[in-house]
Amino acid sequence: MAQAAAVAKPPAPPRRRRASATPRRLPYLLIAPAGLLMLGFIAYPVISVFYYSLQDYNPTKPWRNGYAGFGNFTKIFTDDPVFWDTLVFSAKWVFVEVGLQLLFGLALALIVNQTFVGRGLGRALVFSPWAVSGVLTSAIWVLLYNSQTGITRYLADLGIGSYGTSWLSDTSTVFPAAIVADLWRGVPFFAILILADLQSVSKDLYEAAEVDGAGRLKQFWHITLPHLKDAIILSTLLRAVWEFNNVDLLYTLTGGGPAGETTTLPLYIANTSVESHDFGYASALTTVAFVILLFCSIVYLRLSKFGGDNK
Amino acid sequence: MITKEATVAAPAPAPAAPAPPRLAKKRPAWDEVPRWQVYLPLGVYLVFTLVPFYWILLFSLRPAGSTSLVPWPMTFEHFEKVWTERSFGTYFGNSVLVGLATLVMTTAVALAGGYALARFDFKVKRVFMLALLCSQFVPGALLLVPLFEIFAELRMLNSLGSVIIAETVFQLPLSMILISNFIKNVPYSLEEAAWVDGCGRLRAFRIVVLPLLRPGLIAVGSFAFVHSWNHFLFALMFLNNQSKQTIPVGLNTLMSADSVDLGALAAGGIIAAVPVVIVFAFIQKWLITGFSAGAVKG
Repeated sequence: MAQAAAVAKPPAPPRRRRASATPRRLPYLLIAPAGLLMLGFIAYPVISVFYYSLQDYNPTKPWRNGYAGFGNFTKIFTDDPVFWDTLVFSAKWVFVEVGLQLLFGLALALIVNQTFVGRGLGRALVFSPWAVSGVLTSAIWVLLYNSQTGITRYLADLGIGSYGTSWLSDTSTVFPAAIVADLWRGVPFFAILILADLQSVSKDLYEAAEVDGAGRLKQFWHITLPHLKDAIILSTLLRAVWEFNNVDLLYTLTGGGPAGETTTLPLYIANTSVESHDFGYASALTTVAFVILLFCSIVYLRLSKFGGDNK
Repeated sequence: MITKEATVAAPAPAPAAPAPPRLAKKRPAWDEVPRWQVYLPLGVYLVFTLVPFYWILLFSLRPAGSTSLVPWPMTFEHFEKVWTERSFGTYFGNSVLVGLATLVMTTAVALAGGYALARFDFKVKRVFMLALLCSQFVPGALLLVPLFEIFAELRMLNSLGSVIIAETVFQLPLSMILISNFIKNVPYSLEEAAWVDGCGRLRAFRIVVLPLLRPGLIAVGSFAFVHSWNHFLFALMFLNNQSKQTIPVGLNTLMSADSVDLGALAAGGIIAAVPVVIVFAFIQKWLITGFSAGAVKG
C-alpha cells in the first residue's frame, strides 16, 4: 500500500506544472457550464421571444399562425387600452413600493445597527419576512383581509369600520392593501442590504465628526448617506426591476383584480400566455416590457451618477 | 445564541455588556440616542412584522369556525388534512428536492465560473460579465413561453428537472458575481504560496480558498434554496401532474378554490414557512457579513 503511494507520487509534480502552465484553457472550462446554461435557457429564449413577437402564434388556434410583421406591436400601441392601463399601474406600483421599502428599510437598518439589549433577536425577527415567498405572503394577507374572519371583523367589533368589509375586492382599498402586504416582505430586503453596507463605514469618520461637533443628523447626512449612496442606487434599481417583474404576489393575492385594477404589465403578459395562449402577442408585450425596463435602468443609472464621486 | 452571533458579526464593541457605558463616555450626553428612540420604533415595526405571522399560526391551530383570538383549544386537524388530503406531504418532498438540487447546482456552477472571473484574464471575460449583468434585467416570468417550448422539446415537462434547471439558471448570474467578489477578497498570494508548497491548483483552492469562502457560499447557497423554495411560476407552468407540484403551487390551489378552507390554507402556509424560517435563523449572521464582504462593493 505504502509502495503504491510512493509510486503514485512522482507523477504529481508534472500535473501541477501543467495545471499552472495551461491557464489558457482552464478559465473557459470553468465558465463553460454557466455559459452553456445561460445560452440555452436565457439567451435562446430571449431571441425566440423577439422572433415570436413578429408572429401570430397561438397553439390553440394553429390555423392563424404565421408571420405578422409589426402587427402585434401596432395593436399594442394603438388598439390595446389594457396595455396602457397596466403600464401606468406598473409604474405606480414600482414607484410607491420601492420608495416606501427604501424609506422603511433605511430606518430599520439604522435602528438595528444601534447597540442595544436583544439586538440579535430583534434583527432576526424584523428580517424574517424576507425569507417568505410571494405566495405565502398572499396566503397570510388573504387571511388577514378576509371579510368574515379577518382583521376588519375584529376592528368592527371595536367599532371601527363595518362588518363584511373586504379590502381586496374594493377598488378604492385594493391598492393600499396590496402595497402593505408587499411592504411587509420587501422592507427587510433593503434593511439587510443597507445594514450590511453600514458595517463598512469607518468609525474614524464619526469620531472625527464628533470632535468637530457635528450632531447625529449632520453625521447621518454627511457621512452615512454618502457612504450608502452606491448601495442604495444599486439596490433600488435591482428591486425596481424585481418589483416590476415579479408577479407571484399580485397573481395570487388579487389576481390582477378587481376589474383589472391591480394588473401590472408582466401580470398581463402572464395572463395572456397562460390563459389565452396568445404566445405571439405575449411575446410582443414582453419585448416592449424588456425595452422599457432597459431604457429606465440606463436613465436611472445615468441620472444617479452611479459609482461617481466617492470611488 | 442568535444574540451572541449578531454581536460578533458587527464590528461594534465586542462584549455586549460593557458597550453602553463606553458609548456614553465617548459621546456627549446630549448626543446619545435615547433608548426609547430605539425600542419604540422597533417595537412598532415588530408588531407589523409579527401580527401576520401570529394570524396564520392562529388560523392553523384553532378549530374551523372558531373566532377566538388565542389558539385554544388547540387542534392539529388542519395540518393532518392538508398534509394527506391536500397532498402537502408530496409537495413538501418535491420542494425539498427542487431546493436542494438548485442549491447544489447553483453553488457548484457559480463557484467554477466565479473562480475563473476572479483569477483569470481571458478573451470573452468582458462580454461574459456584461451578459451576467444584462441577464439581471431578463425577467424569468416573461420567458415562460419560450422556456415552456424548450422543456417541451426536451421532453422535460412534468419533471422536476425542468424547474431545477430554470431556477438554477436564473440564480446563476447574481450568485456568480457574488462568488467572484468573495474570491477576489482572498489574496492570490495565499494560493500561490500553496502551489510553491506542492499543491495543484485544485488542491490549493480546496484547502486555502474554500474555507475562507464559507460565509459567502452559505449566503449564496441559502439564497438559491430559499428562492427556489419560494418561487411559483415555473412550477405552475411546467408541472401539470399533481404528484409533481411544489408547495407554492399547492398554496395557490388552496387559495383559488371557490370556497377557501382558511384553516387548511393557514396550515399549508406554516408548512411552507418552516424550512425557510429555519434556514434564515441559521444564516442571518452570514447574510450580513457575506453581503458586506462582496455584494455591493465591487
